[in-house]
Amino acid sequence: MKKLINSPDTVVTDALAGMAAAHPSLAVDVENKVIVRAGGPRPGKVGLVSGGGSGHEPLHGGFVGYGMLDAACAGEVFTSPVPDQMLLATKAVNGGAGVLHIVKNYTGDVLNFQLADELADDEGIEVASVVVNDDVAVQDSLYTAGRRGVGGCVFVEKIAGALAERNASLAEVAAVAAEVNERTRSFGVALTSCTVPAAGKPTFELSEQEIELGIGIHGEPGRTRAPLQPASVIVEIVMDAINADLPLAGDLLVMVNGMGGTPLIELYGAFGEVSRYVCGHGARIARNLVGNYITSLDMQGFSVTVCHMTNTLTDLWDSPVDTPGLRWGR
Amino acid sequence: MDAEFFRAWITEIAAVVEAQRDHLTQLDSAIGDADHGINLARGFSAVRAALAAADTATPGSVLLLTGSTLISKVGGASGPLYGTAFRRAAKALGDAPEVELPAVAAALAAALEGVKRLGAASEGDKTMVDALAPAVAAFGKAVSDGAAAPAALAALTDAADAGAHGTIELQARKGRASYLGPRSVGHEDPGAASAALMLHALRDVAARLAR
Repeated sequence: MKKLINSPDTVVTDALAGMAAAHPSLAVDVENKVIVRAGGPRPGKVGLVSGGGSGHEPLHGGFVGYGMLDAACAGEVFTSPVPDQMLLATKAVNGGAGVLHIVKNYTGDVLNFQLADELADDEGIEVASVVVNDDVAVQDSLYTAGRRGVGGCVFVEKIAGALAERNASLAEVAAVAAEVNERTRSFGVALTSCTVPAAGKPTFELSEQEIELGIGIHGEPGRTRAPLQPASVIVEIVMDAINADLPLAGDLLVMVNGMGGTPLIELYGAFGEVSRYVCGHGARIARNLVGNYITSLDMQGFSVTVCHMTNTLTDLWDSPVDTPGLRWGR
Repeated sequence: MDAEFFRAWITEIAAVVEAQRDHLTQLDSAIGDADHGINLARGFSAVRAALAAADTATPGSVLLLTGSTLISKVGGASGPLYGTAFRRAAKALGDAPEVELPAVAAALAAALEGVKRLGAASEGDKTMVDALAPAVAAFGKAVSDGAAAPAALAALTDAADAGAHGTIELQARKGRASYLGPRSVGHEDPGAASAALMLHALRDVAARLAR
């Protein structure tokens, strides 16, 4: 394992110290691994808290700032944070209008946020939760832990964050978050495994000629393996899976997301193929993101996330945002 | 069995989890995300520190501190699940300064119920429940049949081992392994394996302290 780290034990806190040094707009509690907007909560604004295992940067800490999250809790690599952190973040961002927890649908994240919700309730803070589950690779959700939360999280945090900035109520912010989740579908592909620093070796083995289809964001293996093929063929497999679950139509917000080890030249190549596919299916890419937004450490691979937009959602997407990971209009 | 005994059990778990850290992580990398051993080792090392710093006078207080520390320090699914298990066991033991086998059996049954409820898992889902449920049942039966500690604890660990081993042929329906569908078959569930290790620690400590 070759990594630019001091030691596997300090990889998360070292990164948080770097975030603090790079972004004075953030108040970073390195010891408790909580990132909050500097300057405290704005009275009357709903607070948005997310969190999850580390290793997905810029998600979630890189999305703390104006127009998006108020706080993010960082767990160990690929391990959900603990309820104490979530309570700390919830108290820090509560401006009296309640707090929305944005949770990716993984057993650990859901259980820890569930415990945190009870703790916040004990403290008299009104909390609503939205569980993001946009991954169509999980087909049989009746006999699994359900669809995973992946790229859709970026859309939910941006759009709900924009509405919260307009002083909407907790119920309204929670409703738009749920609406974005319902309108969003994702599918991911790995070309290589990732290497968890503390484990020191790749989580799974893939030969030079193989790819893994339907991966999550933790190096957990996907549903099937397939031979490596040209990008056009791989994108078609990905888009067929998304299109089969919710047929493409109308205005779409599309993200081609790198898993951490894939160069932009390949991501743009993939976006070109996605664009061709969408046009061929009579829909339109109204807005897009191409880059690394929800990663899986050093994994090579990509995911596509598609959200079926409305005029209201597009307007919220276009609203100003000022975070380390997304910034426009301000 | 007094607070001293239960502290020894938790200390033994910490040592075993540390020794088996890579093995548990290896099991987890096959069907999960390669962190189970790492997380448990981190959690029980925090528990050991918490027990050293606190004054725990009863078996219940030892297990309560263990559970709360796991919930606060581990994260992932195993933190809340094991944390809840130890907290439920603690509440079942109450304030008693010393407990006998039937109380331990009731505490383990309460722990199992807590895990099943929080994780919404049943036997056969390929989770820690598959080791805990048969173990709790076998132990409960042995104790109510009047078995002495060594025989009852042997029944406990034998059933846990068989249950953990039995997860190899199961398809996961809960947790991260469930995403693999049929590909989860053929691998031992890391949570079932760690649950069996914790029960082995109980048996080993009982044997050592009886000597």
